[in-house]
Amino acid sequence: MEKSEILSLSAVGLGAAVRSGKTTAVEATEAVLEQIEEYDGEYRCYVTVDPEGALRKAALVQKRIEAGELTGPLAGVPVALKDNLCTAGMRTTCSSKMLENYVPAFSAEAVRNLERAGAVIIGKTNMDEFAMGSTTETSYFGVTKNPRNPQHVPGGSSGGSAAAVAARECFFALGSDTGGSIRQPASYCGVVGMKPTYGTVSRYGLVTYGSSLDQIGPLTGNVEDCAVVMEQIASYDRKDSTSLRREDTDFSRALVEDVKGMKIGIPQDYFREGLDPQVRAAVLKAAAVLREKGAVTEEFDLSLVEYAIPAYYTIASAEASSNLERFDGIKYGFRAGGEEGLHQMYKKTRSLGFGPEVKRRIMLGSFVLSSGYYDAYYLKALRVKAMIKEAFDRAFAKYDCILGPVAPTTAPKLDASLSDPMKMYLGDIYTISVNLAGLPAISLPCGTDSRGLPIGLHLIGDSYQEKKLLRIAYTYERTGGVV
Amino acid sequence: MKQYETVIGLEVHVELATKTKIFCGCSTAFGGRPNSHTCPVCTGMPGSLPVLNRKVLEYAVAVGMATNCEITRYCKFDRKNYFYPDNPQNYQISQLYLPICRNGYVEIESEGGSRRIGIHEIHMEEDAGKLIHDEWEDCTLVDYNRSGVPLIEIVSEPDMRGAEDVIAYLEKLRLIIRYLGASDCKLQEGSMRADVNLSVREAGTDTLGTRTEMKNLSSFRSITRAIQGERDRQINLLEKGGTVIQETRRWDEAGDTSYAMRSKEDAQDYRYFPDPDLVPISISDDFLEEIRSRQPELRTEKMKRYREEYDIPDYDIEIITESRHMAEIFEAAVALGAQPKKVSNWLMGETLRLLKETGEDPEDICFSPENLAKLIDLTERKVINSTVAKEVFERMFRENVDPETFVEEMGLKMVSDQGALRSIAQEVIASNPQSVADYQNGKEKAIGFLVGQTMKAMKGKADPAGVNQLLKELLRATSESQ
Repeated sequence: MEKSEILSLSAVGLGAAVRSGKTTAVEATEAVLEQIEEYDGEYRCYVTVDPEGALRKAALVQKRIEAGELTGPLAGVPVALKDNLCTAGMRTTCSSKMLENYVPAFSAEAVRNLERAGAVIIGKTNMDEFAMGSTTETSYFGVTKNPRNPQHVPGGSSGGSAAAVAARECFFALGSDTGGSIRQPASYCGVVGMKPTYGTVSRYGLVTYGSSLDQIGPLTGNVEDCAVVMEQIASYDRKDSTSLRREDTDFSRALVEDVKGMKIGIPQDYFREGLDPQVRAAVLKAAAVLREKGAVTEEFDLSLVEYAIPAYYTIASAEASSNLERFDGIKYGFRAGGEEGLHQMYKKTRSLGFGPEVKRRIMLGSFVLSSGYYDAYYLKALRVKAMIKEAFDRAFAKYDCILGPVAPTTAPKLDASLSDPMKMYLGDIYTISVNLAGLPAISLPCGTDSRGLPIGLHLIGDSYQEKKLLRIAYTYERTGGVV
Repeated sequence: MKQYETVIGLEVHVELATKTKIFCGCSTAFGGRPNSHTCPVCTGMPGSLPVLNRKVLEYAVAVGMATNCEITRYCKFDRKNYFYPDNPQNYQISQLYLPICRNGYVEIESEGGSRRIGIHEIHMEEDAGKLIHDEWEDCTLVDYNRSGVPLIEIVSEPDMRGAEDVIAYLEKLRLIIRYLGASDCKLQEGSMRADVNLSVREAGTDTLGTRTEMKNLSSFRSITRAIQGERDRQINLLEKGGTVIQETRRWDEAGDTSYAMRSKEDAQDYRYFPDPDLVPISISDDFLEEIRSRQPELRTEKMKRYREEYDIPDYDIEIITESRHMAEIFEAAVALGAQPKKVSNWLMGETLRLLKETGEDPEDICFSPENLAKLIDLTERKVINSTVAKEVFERMFRENVDPETFVEEMGLKMVSDQGALRSIAQEVIASNPQSVADYQNGKEKAIGFLVGQTMKAMKGKADPAGVNQLLKELLRATSESQ
């Protein structure tokens, strides 16, 4: 197959082409590597590319496919991994100076699931440092550009993964979503991204940011790929205490073009001030398309949205401040030079090893956990979290799904966000309550703005209801967004 | 000088006897090459996650039940955040807000009779690694083999009034925990560690004085010394018009003194919060019932039963039941048909003597009750005499040899061939005319020498009483024939 022909395929399409002998895992890997060679100098989606390893693996996978040992839909399909997913033998930096040369001894469970399925790991994608940020600009390795318009950010923190999918520098990617870090970059780059129900994908081997909120999920070119990747990465894992035993992970069965009678709630609170009018129009148009296909939509009041941001930044920062304590220069990673004793070594290592956004959240988190403030901030945030979950429970008693925007705007320009962190944090308003409530949600393209920047449609489901989301998303995607 | 009362509360750390660590599958075995019992979890590698070892929960609940605690049905682990290289994550997983056990007590015997020492709480936590300073290279190395070894911390109420109470309390805890098999509780090896919180107050007052916490106490002796020393130090301070500062002190065993490590002012803020990587533990009725049904008979019940079932003195009962292992050997040997008092004699006599000699404790006894019963049977049937029995026992104590086989193989059976014994006795009489004359002149004691000579010639394999009998008979015959 021609390179361009290969690159026009979806992940599932490529898998089928490899299995039927129309192309090979090696050819597909070569095509992706050439694409990276050609475009990644500009977009900088990757922190690490492993051409030799990928080609070696592709050849091995190809043999096993031909021997009939690998028959799954992702066998021979090149994948990119966010650089906070541990990969044995391949450096895992979290886009931080702190882990610039850190090579893990083990692979994340989700990565192992993909390897077992025969996916070929191309490399590791850029991200906001330790997943803290919404633009991929806090990376120690420099910014990633949005392939739809290189003047703009790809979003974040899984910006490298979303951009790599959009630039066809891989066939699909994995990201992690703590407050919207899969869905928002998917929206900015015009790809599909899903955050599963908390506990569906093992967190073992995901370098933790906010343990109670983190979830690994797919970034793909379309909804079918999303369902298929979900099916491969979801697993019960004894190594993760928060892992769920689920029998219903046959997500591709949800790829049905039918939403008749499905009830979709549209929270009015999500369409108030701060929302870009073009985004608003595109999202409401998507709702109209679904109505046309037989769904029932209804506006409702999902309050508490305004409390979600402070609660989220309190909880996520508190957990992060503790999770990131292990980066101290003793065991692995960066250690500042100078022999001034233990305390000075800690101080210097962490001062030089972490970037400003990470330090800001560590300070914030340490503060809210400190004695005298714990009740006022941390415990209060946990109470807000519980109330948000209750509000969603009430909504899902009535609706199959909640529909809204992913982000208030399309992708901002490069260098426009970091100077005002509060504004950046407010951009997470629609995504973070989903993490606080542990719910599944999907982001999929629903048009572009006048500058040609993609707009994302956000569908939120009740716990365990990924299939409903996939079904609605699939139905919408098949319409092409046209009524 | 005013009269003072000492008020003491204890924080006791006990290393649990699980085969694997609290949050990973690594071995808890002591020793081993540095960092050979480690994995990504217990070395704090990025992306690793803890999973609770169920056995830790079982032991903690068992100890809680045996110390009359309420079991917390919904409990959580919390992170205690502090930076130190022996702590790979720079937080210790422990329990602050919802510890597994609360509000218990144990009873101790003190001068005024039986008393209750309250237990405030018991919580589960992980141990830290060990730092080793290399003087030669002037660097510090870290060994994470101990990192993640499970501990329970038993926090008492301030119910103790002196070193005797403290020792009695610790001995009681140790006994209970050993009975449960939850730990070997060895102070010297660090599997039981006690920190002493001590304050003094004027006798008759109710308010508590300012307390200090004493660390690094590795024997009952150092605990006693430290309590006396700290009590005197605080009283001296107060008598001179000074005040006690709330601080942590370290006991210096060699110097028989203590020094301040850190005061309350520079106490760290540990920023405790529930560990989000671990799910809360809900303890079901079934789980409690399972643990309860597996609780062994504890010492008090055992002593009561022994008094009813076995005809042995109270003193013996007390000593035998001090160790569950020893009590089990006793019961099993009796069940095999040995007479209780005989079994008790072997345990109280030779066993304790040899344990003292080897510096071991009753939990280390390696001989089987079967072999002890066999040995008793051999002496009962007069197959061996008591001197030989002691020799055999010593081998049995060290290597758990089967006494029957051993006696057979080493040829230690008493000679039952009366002809051979008689001829040797006659030889002895013939070659010791002086003793024979002494005996016949009324020196009864002279017979002892002749018995000894005969036993020696028999290589000890004869019943001394029988030999005595035989010699007297032969001597009578000799005198009659003269």
